[in-house]
Amino acid sequence: MVAMENPHAHAPQGFIRKYIFSLDHKVIGIQYFFLALTAVFVGMFLSLLMRIHLLWPSANLPIFGVIQPETYLTLLTMHGTIMVFFVLTTAPQGGFGNYFLPIQIGAPDMAFPVLNMLSFWTTFIAFVVIIAAFFVQGGAPLHGWTGYPPLSAVQSAGPGEGLGADLWITSIAIFCVASLMGALNFITTTLDLRAKGMTLMRMPLTVWSWFITAILGLLAFGVLLSAGILLLMDRNLGTSFYVPLVVVSGQVMGHKGGSPLLWQHLFWFFGHPEVYIAILPGMGVASQVLSTFSRKPIFGYRAMVYAMLSIGFFGFMVWGHHMFMSGMSPYSAFAFSLLTMCIGVPSAIKTFNWLGTMWKGRIRFQTPMLYAIGFVSLFVSGGLSGPFLAQPVLDIQLHDTYFVVGHFHLIMGVAAIFGMFAATYYWVPKMFGRMMNETWGRVHFFITLAGTYAIFMPMHYLGMAGGTRRYSDYREVKYLATLIPLHQFMTYAAIITIAAQFIFVINLFWSMFKGPKASDNPWEATTLEWTTTTPPPHDNFGGVTPVVHNGPYEYGVPGAAKDYVMQTDPATVSTH
Amino acid sequence: MATYAPIDAIREGQTGRGGSTSTPKPPGGGEDGRGGDSGPNYGARLRRARLGLICGVATVTMVFVSLTSAYIVRQGLPTYDEPTGSYVHDWGGTDLPWRLLGINTILLLASSVTIEFARRGLARQVALAPVKSIPGVSLGAENKFPWLGVTAILGFGFLIGQGMAWRELHLRGFFVNTNPSSSFVFLLTATHAVHLAGGIVALLWAAATALLHRSVESRRIVVDITAWYWHFMAVLWIYVFALLGFAR
Repeated sequence: MVAMENPHAHAPQGFIRKYIFSLDHKVIGIQYFFLALTAVFVGMFLSLLMRIHLLWPSANLPIFGVIQPETYLTLLTMHGTIMVFFVLTTAPQGGFGNYFLPIQIGAPDMAFPVLNMLSFWTTFIAFVVIIAAFFVQGGAPLHGWTGYPPLSAVQSAGPGEGLGADLWITSIAIFCVASLMGALNFITTTLDLRAKGMTLMRMPLTVWSWFITAILGLLAFGVLLSAGILLLMDRNLGTSFYVPLVVVSGQVMGHKGGSPLLWQHLFWFFGHPEVYIAILPGMGVASQVLSTFSRKPIFGYRAMVYAMLSIGFFGFMVWGHHMFMSGMSPYSAFAFSLLTMCIGVPSAIKTFNWLGTMWKGRIRFQTPMLYAIGFVSLFVSGGLSGPFLAQPVLDIQLHDTYFVVGHFHLIMGVAAIFGMFAATYYWVPKMFGRMMNETWGRVHFFITLAGTYAIFMPMHYLGMAGGTRRYSDYREVKYLATLIPLHQFMTYAAIITIAAQFIFVINLFWSMFKGPKASDNPWEATTLEWTTTTPPPHDNFGGVTPVVHNGPYEYGVPGAAKDYVMQTDPATVSTH
Repeated sequence: MATYAPIDAIREGQTGRGGSTSTPKPPGGGEDGRGGDSGPNYGARLRRARLGLICGVATVTMVFVSLTSAYIVRQGLPTYDEPTGSYVHDWGGTDLPWRLLGINTILLLASSVTIEFARRGLARQVALAPVKSIPGVSLGAENKFPWLGVTAILGFGFLIGQGMAWRELHLRGFFVNTNPSSSFVFLLTATHAVHLAGGIVALLWAAATALLHRSVESRRIVVDITAWYWHFMAVLWIYVFALLGFAR
C-alpha cells in the first residue's frame, strides 16, 4: 500500500477544517490544552479572590465590590468545579493524551476521529454552560464542588441555587458525556491501533496511564451522569431521591423521605476514581521524564504498570472514606479504611521506583526533569497525609478542616499540575517545533515549588488546630482569629505563586513563536514521538508506520552505540 | 543534541496490531468508517467498531447499575412519619399497565430478531461479494426483504407503546413525583427510551449508508454494531422490566 492511498496522508485545507472542526488528534489535543489553560486561569483567579477575601473580608474590591459570605461560597464552588473537571481532567487526558497517545503507539490518528472532535466540542459547550452560571439571576451555585443535597437540590436554598445550580449540573452532565466519548476512543485506540511490535509491555508508561485513566473514566462518569439526572429531577420535577422533608425559611418544601447520603454514595463512587483520573497521567509523565533525564531505564517497568492497575482497581472501592462523617456503620468504615490504606502499597511502589530510576543516574536537571522531581515530592508530601485521613477516628477530627484542603490540593491539585508542567516543558518542542526558555522555566519552577509548599503546608497546621474550611470570615470566632496570621502568610504566598504563572504563560507563547527551533529529538528520548519530524506531519509518520523492536526506556544499554536506543531501532536489546 | 534516527520505512500493509505480527494492520487507522472503503481493512474496521461498542455498552451498563443501586437504596429507606412518630416506608408502589408493557416487550424482542436477519443478510453479502464479481457466477435471487425498515418500525412502535404506557400511568394517577416508586418507573423507562432512540438514529444512518451507495462492507459495519447495540437494548429492557416487576 503506498502512502498516497492513506486517507490521513492528505491534510485538510481551509482554516475551519484544519483548526476549528479538525479531525486531527494533534489539533484536538492542542484545543483541549488551550481550553484547560483558559480554565486554569479562571479557577486561579477565583482562588485569588478567595484568599484576598479571607484577609480583608470587608475590602471594597474594584469591579467586585465587597465580597459577601455567600459569594465566597460561590467562589469556592466554581473554583473546585472548574479546576477538577476542566483542568485536572481535561489537560492531562484530553490535551496531552490526545496529542501523544496515537503517536506513542505508532498510529496515524485516534480510532474514531469524528467522535474525538465531538468530545472536544462537547467539553467546550460544558465549559460555556458552567461559565454562564456566573451571569444568570442569582449567580453561580454555592453548594461546593461536591454538590451535597439538600442544599444543591432545593431551588430556594440560597442565592445561586436557582438557575445557576441547574446550569452547574447540566454542565457536569454534558462533561460526563464528553468524557465518556473520549474514554471510549482512548481504549479502542490503545487496544487496536498499536504499531507492529508495540506489545502491551512495550508501551510507554504514559500510554499505560492514559489507558487506565480512560477505563476509570468509562466506569465512573456514567455514575456521575445518573446521579446528576436524579439531582435535576429532584430540583425540577418534584421527586424525592435525595431530599428529605426540609424547611427553608419557615416554608415546608414538597419533598419527603429522600436520602442525601444516596447522592454522596453515587457522587463519591465517581469522585474517588476522579482523583486518579487527575493524577494517573501525571504519574505516566513523571515516569517518562524521570527515565529520560536520568538516562536510565525506568526502575521496575512491570511493577509500575501493575501498580497503576491496582491503584485504579482499589480506586473504585474506597469512596466511603469521604463519608466517615456522614453517618456510616463502623464496620463499613473499617472496610473502607483498610482498603484505602491498601492504596498506599502501589503508591509506595511507584515512589520507590521513581527514586530507583534516579539513583546513580546521569541526571540532566532541565525544566521537565525539575517538574517531574517536583511531582514526586508533592506526591509524597500530599500522599502521606492520606493514611492519616483514612482513619475514621482521625477523620472525625480533621474532616471539614483545612487539613483535608491541604491534603487534596497537594496530591490531586498541585501534583497533577506539576505533571502537566513537566509534560508541557517536555512536549512543547514536539508540539510547536520550538524550545521553551530554560532559564525562565527554572525560575518558574522554583517559585512555583516554594510557593506551593508555602500555600498548602500551613493548611495542615491550620486543620490540626481546628481551622474549619468554607468559612468566609474568621475574625469573630476567637480560636479561629488567632490563626489569621497563618492565613496572611498563605495569601501572600498565593499572590506570589499566581504572579509567577505569568512567567510560564509568557514563556509558552513567546517560545511558540520566537523560541529556538527544536530538533526532532531534543531530549535524546526513545519513544515513537521522537522518531518523527517536529512538529509531526498530519499522519504522524509521513506515510510510513513505525515498527517497534524495543521497550520504551532503553537508556544506558551496555554495548549500544549511543546511550539510548530508540524503540524503532533494530532489535539489539531484548529486555522485554 | 541527538540526531534524527530514521524509522524503518515499512509500508502500512506489512504492519500488524501490536504484538501480533501476522494480522494485517488497517491503513488509515480510523475515519469513523469514512473513506477507505476498500476490502483489505474491512475486518480491522469491524473489529475496531465492535471494540468501541463494547466500551459504549459498558458505559450504559454503569448508568443502569447506578440507577439500580439508587432504586434499591431508596426502596429500603425508612422515613420518619411525624403523625405516628415512627419510621415508615414511603415507597408507595406503582400500578403498572402490564398488558401494554408486555406487548411492548414482544415488539422489542421481535425487532431484535428482525435486525439479526438484517445483520446476517449483510454478512452473507459481504462474504459472497468476491464470488459475485466472477463473470458467469449466479447466486440465485438475492433476499431483498427490508429487515432494517421493519426493525425501525418495530422500534418506533415500542417507543409509541412506552408513550402510551406513560399516558396510562397518568390516567391511573401516577406522575413522576407521585411517590418514589413512580419516580423510578418514569426515570428507568425514559432512560431506556433515550438509549433506544439512539439505536433508531443508528438504524436511519444504516439506511442512509445504503442510499449513499457506500460499499457493502461499510454498511455491514454500521448494521453490525447497530444490531449488537439493539440486542443490548432488548436485554436491558428485559432487565428494567424484571426490576420493576420483581422489586416492586
